[in-house]
Amino acid sequence: MPLWLFTFLAVIAIVGAFGVILQRSPVHCLLALALTLVDVGVLFVGLGAVTLGFLQIIIYVGAIMVLFLFVIWLLNLQSEAKPNGHLALKFFGSIGAAALAAELSVFFFSAQPISRVTSTPSGYGSVEDLARMLFSDYLVAFEVTSILLLAALAGAIALARRVPGAALLRAPAEIQRAARPGSTVR
Amino acid sequence: MAIDLLIGAVKAIVIVVMVLNLAGLLLWFERKGSALIQDRVGANRAAVFGLGQRLGLPNLGLMNTLLADPIKLFTKEDFVPDGADRFLHGLAPFLALFPVLVTFAVVPIGDVLEIGSRSINLQAASLNVSALYVLATLGIGVYGVALGGWASNNRWALLGAIRASAQMISYEIAMGLAIIAVVIAYGTLDLQQICRIQGGVWFGWLPRWGILIQPVSFILLLTSGMAESKRVPFDLPEGESELVAGYFTEYSGGKQAVFMMTDFAEIVLVAVLITLFFFGGWQVPWLYRDGFRFPGGAHLALPNVVVAIAQIIAFWLKTVVFCWLQILVRWTLPRFRYDQLMRLGWKGLVPLGLANLVVTAFVVVAIGAK
Repeated sequence: MPLWLFTFLAVIAIVGAFGVILQRSPVHCLLALALTLVDVGVLFVGLGAVTLGFLQIIIYVGAIMVLFLFVIWLLNLQSEAKPNGHLALKFFGSIGAAALAAELSVFFFSAQPISRVTSTPSGYGSVEDLARMLFSDYLVAFEVTSILLLAALAGAIALARRVPGAALLRAPAEIQRAARPGSTVR
Repeated sequence: MAIDLLIGAVKAIVIVVMVLNLAGLLLWFERKGSALIQDRVGANRAAVFGLGQRLGLPNLGLMNTLLADPIKLFTKEDFVPDGADRFLHGLAPFLALFPVLVTFAVVPIGDVLEIGSRSINLQAASLNVSALYVLATLGIGVYGVALGGWASNNRWALLGAIRASAQMISYEIAMGLAIIAVVIAYGTLDLQQICRIQGGVWFGWLPRWGILIQPVSFILLLTSGMAESKRVPFDLPEGESELVAGYFTEYSGGKQAVFMMTDFAEIVLVAVLITLFFFGGWQVPWLYRDGFRFPGGAHLALPNVVVAIAQIIAFWLKTVVFCWLQILVRWTLPRFRYDQLMRLGWKGLVPLGLANLVVTAFVVVAIGAK
């Protein structure tokens, strides 16, 4: 990947990330986040991690961001008129931001300077490479994660499932009376 | 170097022009085809100075659909409703069309064309994980529809957008399962390679097409593909009798035309994917790189250019057949109810796809072949 292309994509990623925190409308924030994620996916592809890049786009942009969109719609989030929050919140927020910036700059300046460009070995980041790692070196972690995800999936279905009549049983007594046939309570 | 760039650019332009033209022609196909099915005449009005009539030809309505309608649409007022999100309202149609069109970058329309000492791979972008690329672009496709409906500030449009995104996400899973099973069966993610594998013959005469080894995946991909393109019987996001026009209720003129173009480009995309995975892509039965080898031993040698052109024609012919199949289904079946749609997706196609995947994986491991 040529340097100018990397710089271009990196700038887009940063602009998108700023968009996420600076936009007022939640949908615009979401779109900025989706832009950043697509862009990072393209960066992955350009730097040799082809499979990872496409999986990033499929999973994050194609599934998770759409889920976010649903949440925004269902909660009916409105645009923030102005940044809200107490003075204390702003105070501690700026302390946190300063600490993060300090930490990042320490890492940045203490890192070894890049003396030479190392190219990735052939086949690096390919589907075969990824599959071999997942099913040999990281087999246990992979299987444990998949069981965890399956359990979460089953749990989510169990929570969201509606048992017929259950809502009526849990309702307050007067609503139950009103719902009975022949009731005069409206 | 410069010539390589030029070849790449020409390939990219050629495929986009082919797809856009086919999408436009499909509009005419659909109008005349639906008229045929419903025993009507269909589009038959506009003509250029009555030229066809003077020659005694029947008016096929080509001028209506290919010239008059687009001119009308693009000269109409571009209306943005009050209170709409102007930026997203303008962006959404293009956000819908773009992912569909870029998907065609990895579609191989032929094998190898040899000009001079150069051999040109007839695929705009040779990517060895092109199946993943297709899944990624299909995943992005939902944004245009979802945001278009939301940005219109209209209840019908929002309902249409919610229905569309729920439907597209649900059927993407079945589509992914179908594609993964095919990929396991062929042992490669490269669409060009998948086409090449389908080249040989069984028993000396039967073309080695994917439909014979993955019939279940074919049904899955056809069904979920039609649901992805939001057409009858899966047209709940735009159901006219319930939601006016669904997610593009508030669109007019050029932007509405772009949404319509997206619909037809999606039909082409589904047909192309079915052709690639299950009907040999650009393969012509018994045609090899050096010419025909008919069952029985007859051999007809052909130059490379003729072979390449025959492959390109075969590819688009197969694609048109499956476009026609989708139009036929659209004008035959009534619309599903929403619960039926979700039940078919989650309780029908997804378990079927998973079962197909498990069986495919077992068979591939058992025979140890690709």
